[in-house]
Amino acid sequence: MTRRAGRWAAALGVLVVLMLLSVALGAVRLSPADTVRALLGRGDPTVITIVRVLRMPRMALAVLLGAGLGISGASLQGVMRNPLAEPYLLGVSGGAAVGAVIAVSLGAAAGLVPIAAFLGAIAAVSVAFLVAQAAPGRGDSRVLLMAGVIVGAFANAAIMLLLANADADTVRGALWWMMGSVGDAAWGQVGWLALYVGVGGGLLVAWAREIDILALGEDAAAGLGLDADRAARRVYLVASLVAAATVAAAGLVGFVGLVVPHIARRMGAGGHRAVILGSAVIGAALVVAADLIARVALPPAELPLGAVTAIIGVPFFLVQLRRLR
Amino acid sequence: MIAFERVVVRYRGADRDAVHDVSLEARRGRMTAIVGPNGSGKSTLVRVLLGRQPLVSGRVLLDDRDLRTLSRTDVARRVAVVTQREELAFPPPVREYLALGRFPHRGARRAGAAADRDAMERAVALAAVRPLLDRTVDTLSGGEWQRVRIARALVQGGDALVLDEPTTYLDIAHEMEAFELLAQLAHDGMAVLLVSHQLNLVARFAQHLVLLHGGRVAASGTPDDVMRGEVLERVYGWPLVVTRDPAVGAPALVPLRGRPRAAPPSTPRPSDP
Repeated sequence: MTRRAGRWAAALGVLVVLMLLSVALGAVRLSPADTVRALLGRGDPTVITIVRVLRMPRMALAVLLGAGLGISGASLQGVMRNPLAEPYLLGVSGGAAVGAVIAVSLGAAAGLVPIAAFLGAIAAVSVAFLVAQAAPGRGDSRVLLMAGVIVGAFANAAIMLLLANADADTVRGALWWMMGSVGDAAWGQVGWLALYVGVGGGLLVAWAREIDILALGEDAAAGLGLDADRAARRVYLVASLVAAATVAAAGLVGFVGLVVPHIARRMGAGGHRAVILGSAVIGAALVVAADLIARVALPPAELPLGAVTAIIGVPFFLVQLRRLR
Repeated sequence: MIAFERVVVRYRGADRDAVHDVSLEARRGRMTAIVGPNGSGKSTLVRVLLGRQPLVSGRVLLDDRDLRTLSRTDVARRVAVVTQREELAFPPPVREYLALGRFPHRGARRAGAAADRDAMERAVALAAVRPLLDRTVDTLSGGEWQRVRIARALVQGGDALVLDEPTTYLDIAHEMEAFELLAQLAHDGMAVLLVSHQLNLVARFAQHLVLLHGGRVAASGTPDDVMRGEVLERVYGWPLVVTRDPAVGAPALVPLRGRPRAAPPSTPRPSDP
């Protein structure tokens, strides 16, 4: 086994251990043996319920959330040839937040908030994309990134206006949503997200070679017979959909889409196929770990997931950065 | 073979043609060089071949087939282009970079994998890049990187190779090495079409020269036909003499100290985003 393969096996191992810990730890602490028994459907019925209804979906949602954000970020960075690119920067987070805040302030049923967030994210990405298409440097990724940042700024302004005169409950609800959480996970939600992350991730992996080529620039892509505009458009679309689905499922969890692909690259993933798959593994591990910390650090309080991902991710990233040539 | 026939290109918003009525042929088995001052339309012709610039009139033929009737993939299988610039935001390992050259052949069933391997092997041997395979491209020197880029173009497997300023930034040894490689490829039967500023080098290596000036062909033919003092002086707008290279006898240009003859007209550049 090469060193690189060894590192990836280790990353997968870490993910599996974190997944088991995520099921075992919490308000009720389970022994490894009890955890395994409960997973197999044996032992104390209460424990089985805790594991199957509360902890498993939560863990699964964290895995999918991290994988989805990692996949999306890795693909977008490649296509945009920009190490700072990530789905949130394209307007996904701003648009989703506006959608969610509107739903919360209208007193919509809890089940409608994710749908509003999803629609908001799609709307914002579409606006950013249309703005970029209309600009003279049509299809230029820098223009798209700028458009995304502008749309995000507009969304922030809209959120402030919406919340300025809202009642305390609305502000609290909106804020909690914006901080991200997998605490209310249910199997239905997990199923939906699995669909988006599975199908979207599969497509992006299938297009990995095109992303490799797009990363070399538009002239090189043209020389290799790739329709760069079309290839880039569909990667934007699918990566944004995956990110929008994660946001709808768990609110805003920043930092993962930006940093995880860099860690995957530092671990020796060369082409984008490996970077995307590696980002899925590392993203999942990061979010599962962050969620674990979020609920065991200060019990019974839960820390906001988005803050924890950044707090454990930033030092890790800084260490990686130091190793850069 | 690549043939431009009475090609006219005008960039959007420009008031004159970037390329006007240009005809040239890059035949198999020889090195053809497009030379000329900055803004004379050289790179525009490469953009046309890349399918990134539509023609106002005229046509481009690849092996007697109109470029417009060929799919992007068909074109990429016939002609490989080493562009002036390539972005390396995320530098890949050399091996994976070379493998991208097989992209136009994706989906070719059965023979696919074996053909891919053969093409890689051949290109790696021709461009002598085997020792570099396990490096990442950002660790290569300028000369190595240029060899790797030529190797990637060879992996594409066509019999025409187009290079836009392939030796910019290279020192003498690496520049000569690159030209020797291209000469070898032409000798082995490829059509090599080169855009270059290195007049003295192309005069030694290329069999056919096309001198562009303000988007038009100012002279074309053998190096001796094109490398004439009065023509070059007019085109470059600078006093110069053409002598014979004492070592190899090829025509060689020597610019003189002095003032510009007349401001040379330049074509508008594409609005680079």
